[in-house]
Amino acid sequence: MRKEQTLGEVLAANGVSRRGFMKFVAATTSLMALPPSMIGKVAHALENAKRPSVIWLPFQECTGCTESLTRSHAPSLEGLIFDTVSLDYQETIMAAAGHQAEEALAETMKANFGKYLLAVDGSIPTKDKAYSCIGGKSNYDVFVEAAKGAAAIVCVGTCSSFGGIPAALPNPTGARSVTEVLKEAGIDKPVINVPGCPPIPTSITGVLAQYLTFGQLPELDHLNRPKAFYGQNIHDRCYRRPFYERGEFAETFDDEGAKKGWCLFKVGCKGPVTYNACATVKWNNGAGWPVEGGHGCLGCSEPGFWDWGGFYKPLSQGQWGGWKTLGVAAAAGAAIGLASVAVTRSRQAKAREEAKV
Amino acid sequence: MSHDGANDALKTIGVKVEPTSPEEIDAFTLNVVPLLHEVKHALQRLLETGEPTTIDLGSIPLAPGEFEKIDAALGTGEVKVALEAMGPSQIYETQFSGVWRVTHFNAANEIVGRYVEVSRMPEILLAQETDVRVGLDLLSRKLSGETD
Repeated sequence: MRKEQTLGEVLAANGVSRRGFMKFVAATTSLMALPPSMIGKVAHALENAKRPSVIWLPFQECTGCTESLTRSHAPSLEGLIFDTVSLDYQETIMAAAGHQAEEALAETMKANFGKYLLAVDGSIPTKDKAYSCIGGKSNYDVFVEAAKGAAAIVCVGTCSSFGGIPAALPNPTGARSVTEVLKEAGIDKPVINVPGCPPIPTSITGVLAQYLTFGQLPELDHLNRPKAFYGQNIHDRCYRRPFYERGEFAETFDDEGAKKGWCLFKVGCKGPVTYNACATVKWNNGAGWPVEGGHGCLGCSEPGFWDWGGFYKPLSQGQWGGWKTLGVAAAAGAAIGLASVAVTRSRQAKAREEAKV
Repeated sequence: MSHDGANDALKTIGVKVEPTSPEEIDAFTLNVVPLLHEVKHALQRLLETGEPTTIDLGSIPLAPGEFEKIDAALGTGEVKVALEAMGPSQIYETQFSGVWRVTHFNAANEIVGRYVEVSRMPEILLAQETDVRVGLDLLSRKLSGETD
């Protein structure tokens, strides 16, 4: 596909019928979490969409986000890459390697300066930039150079959005989010955070599709997350919510409540403080999502979820241990226990201070 | 432990919550009845103003088993269509005339969209302007001997 061709022209040239196109449009509209009444407008916009250039840079990450994206089913990644966007640089799935790959990156940045979409997964080490390098260049330098020519930056995953697991206390590499590094480097660019560990694949492609379709960035919340996917609270949209209202809770993972599918709040579900689309979009081609599988939400799309103090502690017990825990220790006369809590808190506070340096 | 005993013990582990009877699904959550009301209002609108409605089932937080219950409640009617365009699509009229269930699959046979469409005819089934033009051109060339 030549870059000057529109998507409509490409599909027509490939013998795709109007019905086929309308089906693609229906799936894309659903993907962008837009109401079906928007299908006509999306069809018009998609027909005339031009092919944007996308550069994808991986930093301190586990490749889980790319794995998630390559399992995206609607539209398929292949379709998205080859028919609609030009993914000019993606280390994990590109064929080029070594100097060829570096040249491809440099050429793309030069040819599309100010116009390409920069996707980033992984956080960026700042304590010692050498902690993570690609081709002899630090993640920090590669990112800053690429960010200067980007039209906008899409942070794929919690690591690039908020620091993620690499930034977990005591944050040995000084891992920072894209937003923090941009601020430090004095670069002002629009940032779209698509957090999650990993993000729902359709959220990733949905954001790319929105940019492709309307040529503009989606509406964002106070954490720069697209409202279409992060505008609703997991707890509010959870199918187990009625059990919460009735006070029916699983107390352990193998009790009667768990078997009956009752609310998982008491076994640590972070749904009440988490905003994501898992409850509706679901995972694995819509087969289910963690709560449906019997496990509470970890809150993986929220900043700092990795340091919330325990996946299985109810929110009502606070982050660092509840009154019940402390009460038992006091009743047993376990001064050491209390001291250790204080020491732990002190360590956590110290680690936080160090992380800020 | 005997083989049967081991199997019985395995069944007691609550690894996935999957209600099996309609009563259990009813007790689970109540998305089905509100959805049927939405369909009813859409049908009234279709009769009174001619305005069609599409409900994206992917946007509703359905509990396990509710898809099946919705389909069971809507039932099947007189029309069933198999569409092949960038992957298959299953379209059928429910027992309520004017209410259609539409499921789109991609070329890899994965579901890419599930809808309840309330209309005289699902939009995607109508012959599309551009396709008719292509068809006319092809037929004209065939009659003039340009193509087989």
